[in-house]
Amino acid sequence: MASEPVRLTGRAREGPEDDLERDLHTEHQILNMGPSHPATHGTVKFIVELDGETVVDIEVLVGYLHRGFEKECEAGTWYQAIPYTDRLNYNSSILANLGYCMAVEKLLGIQTPERCQWLRVLSSELARVADHLTRCGAACLEMQAMTPFIYGIEARELIWDLCEMLCGARLTSNYIRIGGVKHPMPREFQRTCRANLEKIRTLLADFDSVVTSNRIFVDRLKGTGVLSKEDCIRYAVTGPLLRAAGVPLDVRKAEPYLVYEQIDFDVPIGEVGDNYDRYLVCVEEMHQSLRIVEQCLERLEDLGDGPVNVDDPRVRWPAKGRVFNHMEELIQQFKAVTEGPRVPVGEGYFAIESANGELGFYLVSDGSAVPHKVRCRPPSLINLAPLPLMVRGALLADIIPTFDFVNMIGGECDR
Amino acid sequence: MEDHGSPALRRLLAGLPDAVRATHAQHGDATALVDAARIQEVLRFLRDDVECEFEMLSDLCAVDYLGEQPRFEVVYHLYSVARNQRVRVKARVPEEPCEIDTACDVWPSADWLEREVWDLYGIRFRGHPNLKRLLLYEEFEGHPLRKDYPKEKRQPLVGPRN
Repeated sequence: MASEPVRLTGRAREGPEDDLERDLHTEHQILNMGPSHPATHGTVKFIVELDGETVVDIEVLVGYLHRGFEKECEAGTWYQAIPYTDRLNYNSSILANLGYCMAVEKLLGIQTPERCQWLRVLSSELARVADHLTRCGAACLEMQAMTPFIYGIEARELIWDLCEMLCGARLTSNYIRIGGVKHPMPREFQRTCRANLEKIRTLLADFDSVVTSNRIFVDRLKGTGVLSKEDCIRYAVTGPLLRAAGVPLDVRKAEPYLVYEQIDFDVPIGEVGDNYDRYLVCVEEMHQSLRIVEQCLERLEDLGDGPVNVDDPRVRWPAKGRVFNHMEELIQQFKAVTEGPRVPVGEGYFAIESANGELGFYLVSDGSAVPHKVRCRPPSLINLAPLPLMVRGALLADIIPTFDFVNMIGGECDR
Repeated sequence: MEDHGSPALRRLLAGLPDAVRATHAQHGDATALVDAARIQEVLRFLRDDVECEFEMLSDLCAVDYLGEQPRFEVVYHLYSVARNQRVRVKARVPEEPCEIDTACDVWPSADWLEREVWDLYGIRFRGHPNLKRLLLYEEFEGHPLRKDYPKEKRQPLVGPRN
């Protein structure tokens, strides 16, 4: 039985060329990423408008970790703000301690002893390495590479062991104090530090061997998340992001604080400002920081034992032996513990180079023992703002490495 | 008024003398208190002047001086990458109307920073393209960094509308 001839549909008769030109009525899709997304190490929400896999637009919502840092600081004494600064960028809490304490010292007009300054540089460079290790390690993890993350975290553990020796805490250091540091270096620190530096260098070499020229890693980083030099400056982006775009701006060189002028180190810069350049800049900065730590150890050996706190009655605690036997020192101790220093009326801004960029503190004092205003200039927040510029027109998957290398730390971004 | 040895203040006093109310350089930070109505003009001048070149708005924040008139102060920290110099510009904003012109047209970095100041202090920035809360949620009532907002005050956390 002959079957009915198959009637060709209208579309097929027009031929394949016409079919390709037909409008498929695609629509943009809205995708919510976060606030708790497995591929972002930070509590942040993106509302992404997608055309297929291409990012048309992205809205960044921050504030999920807002804890009222400034309000809390305005309710306690100048000293009581230091533990809160630990909780800003918890990867490198010593750097935040340092920024705040140096801003207070600026208002008080205090110059810390040389031994203390070298110790501060040493601890802050260790913190910078820990921060960069987290950034690079977590970036690999979020691109499905577990091994380099383990190398990075192992190296970070070695740094945290050193932090523990210095200040008794691993994460929330509370180490830098107004007018000095909490403890001098323990006796065995130098030896352990040198041993750990060697181990960290080996781990960095291992990290380098599996990542830097890895085809998948390079493909995902090269040419993605580009932010030009001009855009970086217009958006006040600082730190490794700005240097990756080719601007050699580093607060440690531009406005040297502590003893950075006496230290020999280089500021690495990139060329195009993509994620790969950011990665290379971070890796080189870690090597430079390790160089700085070694110079600090040598200098501290030369300086020997001695005070690590300034001998200024406004900020130092009197010697315990005298507190127990003399009325004057007992009163001083009581005043130092209950209200701490009274900072003269005025305002001041002090900036340091943190792992993410310029970390500044703008303080206003009304002359009392309680700060009138503690403003933290958060590099994480300011660096995150131009994220739409970096990922617009890129693929959805490019958001992940770009966000990783922006290294937004929720605690510091949202305060 | 004195320029305290700061090239930026010297240029500003020469270029816009009637916009500057006071200057100081406490702890070495060159500072100018300027007329709030002319803030955009001052910021644009500092950005474009050939001897200032403040290409970066490094930071923007506000301070609440409760009991003083005008009550608020908006503080701009500018940085010049080319000249490696800083200047602080301040403008006083009254409680009513609690408004000042936006700096978004001068530097895009002002966008989020002004949203944060609106969020925490309730100062409105005239001409801001998208002035909504940055850190807190839309349903939050009040502006918590104001000195008359009690620290112990609690508000129920309301989820997003959509």
